[in-house]
Amino acid sequence: MAKRIGIEVSLAISEAVKLANVDAIAAYPITPQTHIVEHLSELVADGELQAEFIPVESEHSAMSVCAGTSAAGARTYTATSSQGLALMNEILFIIPAMRLPVVMTIANRSLSGPISIWNDHSDLMSVRDTGWIAIFAENGQEAFDLTLQSFKIAEDHRVMLPISVNIDGFTLSHVIEPHEFLDQAEVDSFLPPYEPLVQLNPDKPVSMGMVGIPEIYFEAKKAQDMVLIESKAVIKEVFKEFGEKFGRYYHVIESYRTDDAETLLMTMGSISETAMEAIDIMKDEQGRKVGLIRLRLWRPFPHEELRELLRGVKTLAVVDRAVSFGSPGGPVATEVRSALYNSENAPYVASFIAGLGGRDVTIEHFTTMVDMAERMAEQREVHEYKMIGVRE
Amino acid sequence: MDALNVYAAKMAPQQESLANGHRACQGCAELLAVRLVAKTLGQDFIIANATGCLEIVTSSYPHSAWKVPWIHVAFENAAAVASGVEAGIKILKKKGKYPVDREIKIIAQAGDGGTVDIGLQALSGALERGHDFMYLCYDNEAYMNTGIQRSSSTPYGASTTTSPSGSESIGQVTMKKNVVEIAVAHDIPYVATASPSYPFDLMEKVRKGAEAKGPAYIHVLAPCPTGWRLAPNLALSIGRLAVQTKVFPLYEVVNGQYRMTVSYKNHRPVADYLKPQGRFRHLKEADIAFIQQHVDSSYDRLLKKIEMSEG
Repeated sequence: MAKRIGIEVSLAISEAVKLANVDAIAAYPITPQTHIVEHLSELVADGELQAEFIPVESEHSAMSVCAGTSAAGARTYTATSSQGLALMNEILFIIPAMRLPVVMTIANRSLSGPISIWNDHSDLMSVRDTGWIAIFAENGQEAFDLTLQSFKIAEDHRVMLPISVNIDGFTLSHVIEPHEFLDQAEVDSFLPPYEPLVQLNPDKPVSMGMVGIPEIYFEAKKAQDMVLIESKAVIKEVFKEFGEKFGRYYHVIESYRTDDAETLLMTMGSISETAMEAIDIMKDEQGRKVGLIRLRLWRPFPHEELRELLRGVKTLAVVDRAVSFGSPGGPVATEVRSALYNSENAPYVASFIAGLGGRDVTIEHFTTMVDMAERMAEQREVHEYKMIGVRE
Repeated sequence: MDALNVYAAKMAPQQESLANGHRACQGCAELLAVRLVAKTLGQDFIIANATGCLEIVTSSYPHSAWKVPWIHVAFENAAAVASGVEAGIKILKKKGKYPVDREIKIIAQAGDGGTVDIGLQALSGALERGHDFMYLCYDNEAYMNTGIQRSSSTPYGASTTTSPSGSESIGQVTMKKNVVEIAVAHDIPYVATASPSYPFDLMEKVRKGAEAKGPAYIHVLAPCPTGWRLAPNLALSIGRLAVQTKVFPLYEVVNGQYRMTVSYKNHRPVADYLKPQGRFRHLKEADIAFIQQHVDSSYDRLLKKIEMSEG
């Protein structure tokens, strides 16, 4: 039976990885991801998890080892943050291209320079186009549940793609929260053992990672894009099955009090909890027609679901946690504007960048953003983006 | 008894795990070395291959020259990928999800660039962690796949496209990095140098490396007619000259103990090795004398290590 446990979110993720009966973990220490892999190495050392823990000499090798373990047919996990993710970058592109279903937690952290260990989403945004499925968790329970679901999604033979589960560094990774754990029997009833499509085995030799001559490269990339887009259906299917089994339902975009809302806030990650409080205040105390949507699935981007959710909405205030230098908006807002550009009655999209490098995003910031967005929408102000909470 | 292990060509395994029909240049000694390695290992092995000549000439989709499982991920990470394959199979065997009765050897292979330069960190990591695998560096002494650029394995005085000889430069101005000794410093069970010009010596070393429990490193000198500006039919004889002139001694280090595996009573002057190669064409007598001096002192240092091992 499910039990309610107060535990640090990083450790809850490690417990989920253990329950997934992972075969191989390759990792390199980097703050704020370290607690996850420290706990996993303890579980292996204590014999609670039968797995190979490979303490590599760099993140580049961590992801390279993951390529090897996954190609050998082992269920593979790793975790990283920030500079570590940046160092993996080269190999991140190759993992989905080779259809290796590696699961990785990214404890999101800002990128140097100046060096900062604190939270924002610039690390993930820098690997946007690597071809990984990217999912966001808002709290510990979601991180636990999504870790388990990620193995099932990644290893589905219709998908066979790697997944990153994103959790905000420190603000989520290092907090102690109540979690409803699943027991081994429950997890086993949901997550079958990994059955590789192909593996490195002399009984049936395969060549993996061959040269893509011009006659084949383009087709290979089209096939890869198609499978990533089509993975959305499987993701929804897995979310549904998980919900029906365990009573916790997940969606590619989550909605909070959006009924009759004319203005929506849009967030990703743990600041959504503060945003919800802001929405409650604006709705209950000020009677305003506002609501919140939060993006669960960053890749593949849920365009259709977004357009559906925004029907009747007049103003959308998108909160980004990263800068896309020199671009016409925060990375999420730019994506949203692009998704809506040709649709009829698209809402006015205001782009805000907040909370870089661990800067707090407060309830007041959210109400300010809603105020500004509504005013800008009324005046149809043409703007790129505005930074909130920065000293000028 | 190892020294008494005499091979005859007809006793070598008949099977070929590297198929005919790859796209290597004429006279490529690297592909001959790989073929000998594959012959020795039979069929129960898996290759993690670095980006480079060997990768592109054997794996142009949809054609593969490999009859054994083969994976290529990137340039600098063959040792890391091999680590993963080794660890993956180990745990799957433990969990009963992979044939347990099979001894499957994990091989990493790369050129000198992928080993001594960009891949050195991944190599060191894998050797230090003690994975049960064998790493083969096929050293053709420059980045041949991208067009003969210098690496840290390029010998002093060689002209390459990024260390060209000119009025102000002799070509490569640094001495060849000794990665064999770096491998030895990791205190691994087996390290050796080898050459396809000495096929039975090479095959014997591959066998020993494969049998070693833990990491093995074999550094193979792979003459490259294209990059060395050498007639293709001279690739094997230049490999022999490398050994006969002490430029590339053939030795092994078993659990830290050094042993020469091919010795000559009288060595030929280094000029005999340098003269047929276009990449050394510009060297003057004084340059050759300097190289001779360096070769002699390196060789003497090696002999001292061998003496210490025997003592």
